[in-house]
Amino acid sequence: MRVFTAVIAIAAGALVLGGYFLPVLAPVQTLLLNWATILAGAAVLVGIFNLVSVHSDKIRRHEKGNAYSALLLMALIVTFLFAMILRPDHIIMKVVLSGIIIPVEAALMGLLTISLLYAAVRLLRRRAELMSIVFLITAALLILGSATLPFGNIPVIGTFIRPWITQVLALGGARGILIGVALGALTTGLRVLFGADRPYGGN
Amino acid sequence: MNELIVILVSAFLLFVITLWKRKSPSNLREIPALTRLYRTLGLSIEDGTRLHVSLGNGSLLDARGGSTLAGLALLRHIAERTSVSDKPSVASAGDPTLGLLTQDTMQAGYQAAGVQELYVPTSGRVTGLSPFGYAAGAMSILQNENISANIIIGHFGPEAGLLAEASDRENMVLIGASDELSGQAVLFANTQDALIGEELFAAGAYLGAGASHLASLTLQDILRWFVILALLGGAAAKLIGVI
Repeated sequence: MRVFTAVIAIAAGALVLGGYFLPVLAPVQTLLLNWATILAGAAVLVGIFNLVSVHSDKIRRHEKGNAYSALLLMALIVTFLFAMILRPDHIIMKVVLSGIIIPVEAALMGLLTISLLYAAVRLLRRRAELMSIVFLITAALLILGSATLPFGNIPVIGTFIRPWITQVLALGGARGILIGVALGALTTGLRVLFGADRPYGGN
Repeated sequence: MNELIVILVSAFLLFVITLWKRKSPSNLREIPALTRLYRTLGLSIEDGTRLHVSLGNGSLLDARGGSTLAGLALLRHIAERTSVSDKPSVASAGDPTLGLLTQDTMQAGYQAAGVQELYVPTSGRVTGLSPFGYAAGAMSILQNENISANIIIGHFGPEAGLLAEASDRENMVLIGASDELSGQAVLFANTQDALIGEELFAAGAYLGAGASHLASLTLQDILRWFVILALLGGAAAKLIGVI
């Protein structure tokens, strides 16, 4: 069975990859990608069942934080029922999205700003080294250079140093990192294509 | 067609180097974060605490799949190593497809350790479908489930900061790697030893996941040298007016 799944996965991967280069394989590639999209849609349902299962267990076992689990399940069921009855494009469903979900995520983003500032302050205590100092000085210069002040940009920092850091140093560094990530992704993809790594089960 | 040639040559080299590495494993340079991860794995089994692997919200159907697959490879190894622990590892995902693969990968790890009966399907979880929703759900695991180390590996943006903050509040060991630049910057500021760039893909090789992982590191080095030579050659050609 494990060999069978590996053969199917490797064949599907090779056909999808081949479809980018050989026009004769393009229809097969499209078909396989469409199947993948449908399966990904079905996986959302499985993911929701998983979420319900995990939080139901927490409530049943009276684990720490089970009140939040109960709240999550109630919100899930109520939203699901309303969406089924009213349809997802109904005004009430839009209010749920724009009045609850988006503000909550925006609040988390705001919280993140504070936690990042706190992390930057503690960085030198955690890791007192040259790169930490460079990191902090760069961050400070960029913040100063981007600040909206009544008298406009801070001379030199806003007009020369910030653009030079972002468009020369940071851009070059970012491209280097992204090339490294792309090479890593390529070799990881090849390992999966060869069946050396099997994230679809089996040993 | 150039891309196809690069892929075919890389595939051939990976195959040859894998065979070579089976016979003569290489010495790896020290990466402090991965040394810490190796140590943390052993400690968590000894002191009966849990590891949490955060795989992020990268989908396998787009360009972010590479880091996600690297995270799954690491999870497979961690699941195998910690399956016999009193408190086996948990993993969280922010994408439903990834959630399914998380469960499957963990089960494969338990099978490899010969303790499939100990596998609990809820140890692989989908905690949210948006980046911040995922982070909020994973934070709850960190706070409530006796976790001693949080391993963040996969596709993460700034939301990694929330997970890092929650880990710090619970005095956990935090090891973080992301393929996204903003995620890397956040993790650099929040972790003791950050993994930068392609170091994300080296975790499997450093934890002894096999010859293919060592071979892919060597292949990355070879390809990197080709890229460096191409960049320098291009710059020189531009300088002398050839291109």
